[in-house]
Amino acid sequence: MKVLTKLRRLIPEFWDTDPAAGPYKSLFNYRRIWRLAIVLLAVVALVPLIVMTFIDYNVTRTSLESENLLRAARTTSNTRRAVSYFLDERKSALEYVVLQEDVESLLDPQRLSRVLEALKQGFGGFVDLGLIDGQGRQVAYVGPYQLQGRDYSAQTWFTRAMDKGDFISGVFRGYRDVPHLIVAIKCPERIGGKQYVLRATLDTEQFNNILSSMDLSGGGDAFLVDVHGMLQTPSRWNGPVLSRTSLRIPEYSDSTQVMLARDESGREVIVGYAYITDTPFILLLVKPTAELMKPWQSIRIELLWMLVVSVAVILLVIMGVATYMVGKIYLADQTRARTLHHMEHTNRMASIGRLAAGVAHEINNPLAIINEKAGLVRDLFVYKKEYAEDERLLGIVDSIISSVERCGTITKRLLGFARHIDVRVENIRFADLVEEVLGFLHKEAEYRSITIDLDIEDALPEFQSDRGKLQQILLNLVNNAFQAMSDGGRLAIAAHRQGRNAIRFTVADNGCGIPEADRKRIFEPFFSTKKTRGGTGLGLSITYGLVQELNGEMSVESEVGRGTTFAITLPLHANIKGEQTHENSSR
Amino acid sequence: MSEKVLLVDDETEFLESLSERMSMRGMNVSTADTPASAMRAVEAESYDAIVLDLQMPEMNGIDLLKFIREKHPEMQVILLTGHATLEKGVQAMKLGAMDFMEKPADIDVLTEKIKKAQARKLVLVEKMTEDKIREIMTTKGW
Repeated sequence: MKVLTKLRRLIPEFWDTDPAAGPYKSLFNYRRIWRLAIVLLAVVALVPLIVMTFIDYNVTRTSLESENLLRAARTTSNTRRAVSYFLDERKSALEYVVLQEDVESLLDPQRLSRVLEALKQGFGGFVDLGLIDGQGRQVAYVGPYQLQGRDYSAQTWFTRAMDKGDFISGVFRGYRDVPHLIVAIKCPERIGGKQYVLRATLDTEQFNNILSSMDLSGGGDAFLVDVHGMLQTPSRWNGPVLSRTSLRIPEYSDSTQVMLARDESGREVIVGYAYITDTPFILLLVKPTAELMKPWQSIRIELLWMLVVSVAVILLVIMGVATYMVGKIYLADQTRARTLHHMEHTNRMASIGRLAAGVAHEINNPLAIINEKAGLVRDLFVYKKEYAEDERLLGIVDSIISSVERCGTITKRLLGFARHIDVRVENIRFADLVEEVLGFLHKEAEYRSITIDLDIEDALPEFQSDRGKLQQILLNLVNNAFQAMSDGGRLAIAAHRQGRNAIRFTVADNGCGIPEADRKRIFEPFFSTKKTRGGTGLGLSITYGLVQELNGEMSVESEVGRGTTFAITLPLHANIKGEQTHENSSR
Repeated sequence: MSEKVLLVDDETEFLESLSERMSMRGMNVSTADTPASAMRAVEAESYDAIVLDLQMPEMNGIDLLKFIREKHPEMQVILLTGHATLEKGVQAMKLGAMDFMEKPADIDVLTEKIKKAQARKLVLVEKMTEDKIREIMTTKGW
């Protein structure tokens, strides 16, 4: 509950104003102004921020991505060179052997095993060495297997080596059922001599070491495949040697390439690849994109945080500023409306006063003439015997004279009313006041058969207030009641003492009543339910203003179809600021 | 003893009727419809009461009142006006008018006031004569 009341305090004053109250609706729709200001400021402030963040986001991502691709390409390229070098070195060693040694000496197993020993020591990776004649028969062999006399004529490596002069095979199991690869070199031809091929088997250990020694952080993987996608070296994630990789084998390219692909578990990966020249090998370097983009994740979160915090701060400041500014506008409008209202009231009263005084003055002179003429006629009747007995004539003259008297009373009242434009405090008997005001209206009441009930406490004390303003208040309320009632209605004016220092009077009618929705607004300037019938919407608001000027309070109770009661409470002792007090200065 | 009254008003219709009615009540009534003729009448004769309109062309009632109070302080002035305002009433009383009435006025009330004015004038004249005699006596050393 406490939180709720605190929150309610945050709602600005202008929030609950009704934009439909006045004639210039859009001008006084503060909520709309507020919303507009917030939207406009927010768009102007946030759009560049969001656009900049978005651009920065993309630029950072793109640069990181291209850097990753570049790095993958470089690593692939280096690895390719290492593998390529490894194979070339061994091929060159064999080439050296066939150039240096005669076929005859190689046919000698002791010599052959010395050569193998030298190769093993010098380069490493050699498992065995064999010499195969032109028909594919292995004529000399040194190594751990019993392969002497084997026929290789149907083997691809053999035919290729015979055709091309050298050949490096893919990894295969062969007769010995161990993964290995073959480097075969055709011996230089002798005149009329037989053709021979020197064949060396390399174990894949050293080969694997080259790849596994690479510094591939995290989920990185580097391995060789052949063109059919068979793994030539073991892979961390893509299966054992000589199994098929799920990765698509890329098109041939003589340079290092990088592509994006998906591995078998569906992860996005960056694949760097290179075809190793003159071998069946393709080097594949696989790195999961997510891992490479890890630094990007943290940057992204930082960016997002920055964005969220700045947007929140900007929105908060904008809301604060908009609320403050619109609040100021609202206050200024209120002050202006009050001033205008007050001026209008003063002007209105001043012109009414001048008009009333002018009319009264002008009418008084002809009235005086009628009075004297009628008086003279009456005198003549009284002093001359023949008319003195005619009671009818005398009655007519008396009625003329009494009418003139009534007119005189009216003009005097008008003058009295006009005199009270300025604020002046005097002692007032409420009964007199009611009589004065009803004097203006009792003709209309009679004409419309409206009954007026007075209930004024006998012991009601005189009180200090401004007679003119009170007359105006009462006149407005009674007029209002008359307008709300149909002919034959009933108006009740009551006055009683309230507490020690106040009197309270009520003006009640049994007219049409005011709907609940309108009741809150009837004291607002320019609010009128009689717009079509020429109401200015100022009457009750002026009345309200006057009551406030007299330090009084005004309230209304109403029931649709039953009638309306206006109640006004006034202090017994006026304490009207800035006004001179004229005690009992007129009448 | 009939009261001698001067009625001053620019409305001749009003003047005629009122003077006739006052004559019927046994008063000796003269009328003046301009301030100038009123001044002449005051110079020529002495009146018990002068009934004066406040607003007239040429000269207003207040100026005429000042003139009468200066020249003939014994004559009582009753203001009778259709342009009654409180301020003017107060001003007139301060200048020495005996009474102040608003048009249209009741003739009986006016008659009462004129009678009062006559009585007051008599007292005043008596006092002034007495003063004059005393003055002569002191100057002549009687």
